[in-house]
Amino acid sequence: VTPDVLVNSQADDLACNEVVEMITDYLEGVLPAAEVRRLERHLATCPGCTEYVEQMRALAGSFQGLAEDSLPAAMRDGLIAAFRGFRNG
Amino acid sequence: VPRATAHDDEGLAAALRAGDADAFATLVDRQSRAMIRLAMVYVPSRAAAEEVVQETWIAVMRGIDGFEGRASLKTWVFRILTNLAMRSGARERRSVPFSALAQAEDTGEPAVDPDRFLPGDHALFPGHWAVMPARWPTPEEGLLAGETRGVIVAAIAALPVAQRTVIALRDIEGWSSEEVCEALEISAGNQRILLHRARSRVRSAIESYYGAREAIRDDAVTAEGTGATAKQETDSA
Repeated sequence: VTPDVLVNSQADDLACNEVVEMITDYLEGVLPAAEVRRLERHLATCPGCTEYVEQMRALAGSFQGLAEDSLPAAMRDGLIAAFRGFRNG
Repeated sequence: VPRATAHDDEGLAAALRAGDADAFATLVDRQSRAMIRLAMVYVPSRAAAEEVVQETWIAVMRGIDGFEGRASLKTWVFRILTNLAMRSGARERRSVPFSALAQAEDTGEPAVDPDRFLPGDHALFPGHWAVMPARWPTPEEGLLAGETRGVIVAAIAALPVAQRTVIALRDIEGWSSEEVCEALEISAGNQRILLHRARSRVRSAIESYYGAREAIRDDAVTAEGTGATAKQETDSA
């Protein structure tokens, strides 16, 4: 039994399948401080979970390029014309 | 920031009351995309959603004098939208409140396939990775620059409607979690669960794609290696 294994089998060490369920709370900044310390202690020795966090971080807020079209131009212009008529008429 | 938003809201509401069409156009241009998305939770087509958004803007121009600033202007507009969309959707039996949809989608599904982990009774590493996530060969311009764009679009489209709406508002429209909670009238906890499930599924889809590609590339490397060996042999011969 190597020292690494001893570190990994500490009583309060998180399992990787627990870590993946905590990532969104972690990235959203709502994980309690004690849990953050536990999580970061795990990440320090776990390349798999470190990669996982990086992947989830890469997704967050990064799909702006997928925005779809807004209202059709005719409908939009019609609304603005209606606003002019309604508020000033 | 909330102060600035409130100030901005007050200014916008005042401008609308004063009949400032440019302010109205700004608001329409800023919010309509997300409104179409939310309306589509309740109505069956994009065209029907556009109509609901149109109705909402008409209600806004009529009702702006009654806006009291207790919620943000954005929240107020989205509440009107939700009511109109649900009323329209009721004709097609799609009038379940968003919070109920959210709850129905919270099935406790794990973020990662359980087969990827060692069993809970493993002697040394219970619940640790059996197959670790591999580094993604993401292009410098990001996940949307390469072929993964299509993978992401398909993965988002395949999500259950509440998850799809939350990931779209957060990661496509760039809303904050507070804005999403207010507009959809869900708790912060529910919002996070939906976001978590949605992002986890999109991550899995990207991983499956890259995984498949990685396997092909391994073959290519092997073939190249064989080629090189053959060439060396030829050279030495």
